[in-house]
Amino acid sequence: MADVATPPARTPSGSRAGGPDLRRRLRVLLGRHPIGTIFALPYMVFVALIFAYPLVFACYIAFHDYFFTAPGVEVERPFVGLANFIDVLTDPQVLESFRNTAVFLVINVPLTAVAALVLASALNAGIRWAAAFRVAFYVPYLTASVSLVGVWMLLFSSGGLVNSVLGPLAPDPSWLVNSALAMPSIALYVTWKQLGFYILLYLAALQNIPSELHESAATDGASALQRFRHVTIPGVRNATTLVLILAIITGANLFTEPYLLTNGGGPDGASLTPVLLIYQKGIQQQNPDTAAAMGMILVIIVGLLSLTANRLTREK
Amino acid sequence: MTRTTAWWRYAILAAAALVFAFPFYFMVVGAFQQNPTNTPDEMFPREGWTLGNFTAIDSRIDLLGSLTNSLIFTAGVLLGTVTFGLLAGYALARLDFRGKSATWVLMMLVQMVPFQLLMIPLYVQITRSYGLGDTYLGMILPFLINTTAVFIFTQFFKALPKEIFEAARIDGASELRILRSVAVPMVRPALVTVVLVTFIGPWNEFLWPFLITKDTSLQPLAVSLANYISNVAQSTANPNGAILAGATALAFPVVILFLLFQRYFTASDIGAAVKG
Repeated sequence: MADVATPPARTPSGSRAGGPDLRRRLRVLLGRHPIGTIFALPYMVFVALIFAYPLVFACYIAFHDYFFTAPGVEVERPFVGLANFIDVLTDPQVLESFRNTAVFLVINVPLTAVAALVLASALNAGIRWAAAFRVAFYVPYLTASVSLVGVWMLLFSSGGLVNSVLGPLAPDPSWLVNSALAMPSIALYVTWKQLGFYILLYLAALQNIPSELHESAATDGASALQRFRHVTIPGVRNATTLVLILAIITGANLFTEPYLLTNGGGPDGASLTPVLLIYQKGIQQQNPDTAAAMGMILVIIVGLLSLTANRLTREK
Repeated sequence: MTRTTAWWRYAILAAAALVFAFPFYFMVVGAFQQNPTNTPDEMFPREGWTLGNFTAIDSRIDLLGSLTNSLIFTAGVLLGTVTFGLLAGYALARLDFRGKSATWVLMMLVQMVPFQLLMIPLYVQITRSYGLGDTYLGMILPFLINTTAVFIFTQFFKALPKEIFEAARIDGASELRILRSVAVPMVRPALVTVVLVTFIGPWNEFLWPFLITKDTSLQPLAVSLANYISNVAQSTANPNGAILAGATALAFPVVILFLLFQRYFTASDIGAAVKG
């Protein structure tokens, strides 16, 4: 993180009139501008109410036998230890949703990193119409997934444009209703939709590589490909870490795409995702306790994956 | 660097741009076509233009009503983020107060907590404890202050020279006055960036309003369009055209806003926002 709070610089207060000692003590207690607390208060309350409290509440729900009641009704919600977690981990549907996520990540994460870096490098060197290209890549990222899912559904349906272009090569059953292709299709869609954002991240990182590095490598006779491998890739290492972690988080959060593209995780659960399952278990089937436990397990897995990505891309 | 740019750069970029732009072309053309293109030879249709798809989807999901709901949802988030985000950003960048480090820690926490974990407790909180299901407030509350926006404001305020603030303080201006008359006018580009960054969130958001609105007259367009796609479409005469018309209506405002202001929206801002 670029900016962590710095302790306030304490200037030696001149002992002039009017209780300098009290004033200094107040400064130590409240800081030089106590009004800052009032300015930041709405945000602090918001974070406490919308993030900190639900976070604690999620743990509470996950370890108790929790169910919905009418508001104001007092009921007993006994502590059940790890029972909810055991329910989740022994549920074949849950395991399937994790397997599907693994398929998604194996396709989406490397493809995202490679395609974003290649396109960002192509954009980086004083190219004409760079702004227009950037906009073209960025617009899918800005557009609502619900809109684009509607478009892709038609493009990839059995009688859709993609299949009529492919002709005899079109898969049967078609992309989204084929259990081997449903999740890969979603992975491709998400890669396409998010890529513009990652291109921007890489562009920012590329602009920080001193051009002398490329020039001296070129004078030493390195080819464009060699320079890409030995100058560009190491130069954007931090960005790569960020891209991998963000892509993993996005993949673990999939909901809209399987909900709409494959009609709720079909065919036959082939594109069921954890968040879709959390929704089904927690809200449709009214089991918030198992859903909360599943959320915690998912977050732990994502955390471990992110940590691994961080380790793998860190400078040796 | 050589002066001539290698042709392969253009080849890669042009091929990719085609892949990125084509679905949008398909969407917009299909939205105005009686029968949206399904074969390559109909790619540049000459006839069959119609506005019927928009009336078709409007008859099922109240296009204007849903767009108004999207607008209220988004406006609420923008108002909250700009008002409280400016205050918090100014305080974090320019004031020294008790609780500053705690606020920074909270911001880091917010950036790291994933929505999967908050989904169930927030749903219980908002719909059960506060009784805000099927209300605009319930829709807005989880997005009320965008943490990325607070980061952007903080960074911009930090970049201003501190002498300006000292001079204003010596002149006896209150901090609120300094914020309003000195700081805000100097960070106009930050305001545009924040509005753009914040706008796309609630406008495109599907999952949260989908969870808490059962009343169709309150649903934002993303939710009602999704309902149309998954439930209603089969029973419509030309569902494809209607879906594309709805998709265009939902996509259009953000794309226009972005194209108008895209010069304010640079790679370094995004990088700064994400890295904090």
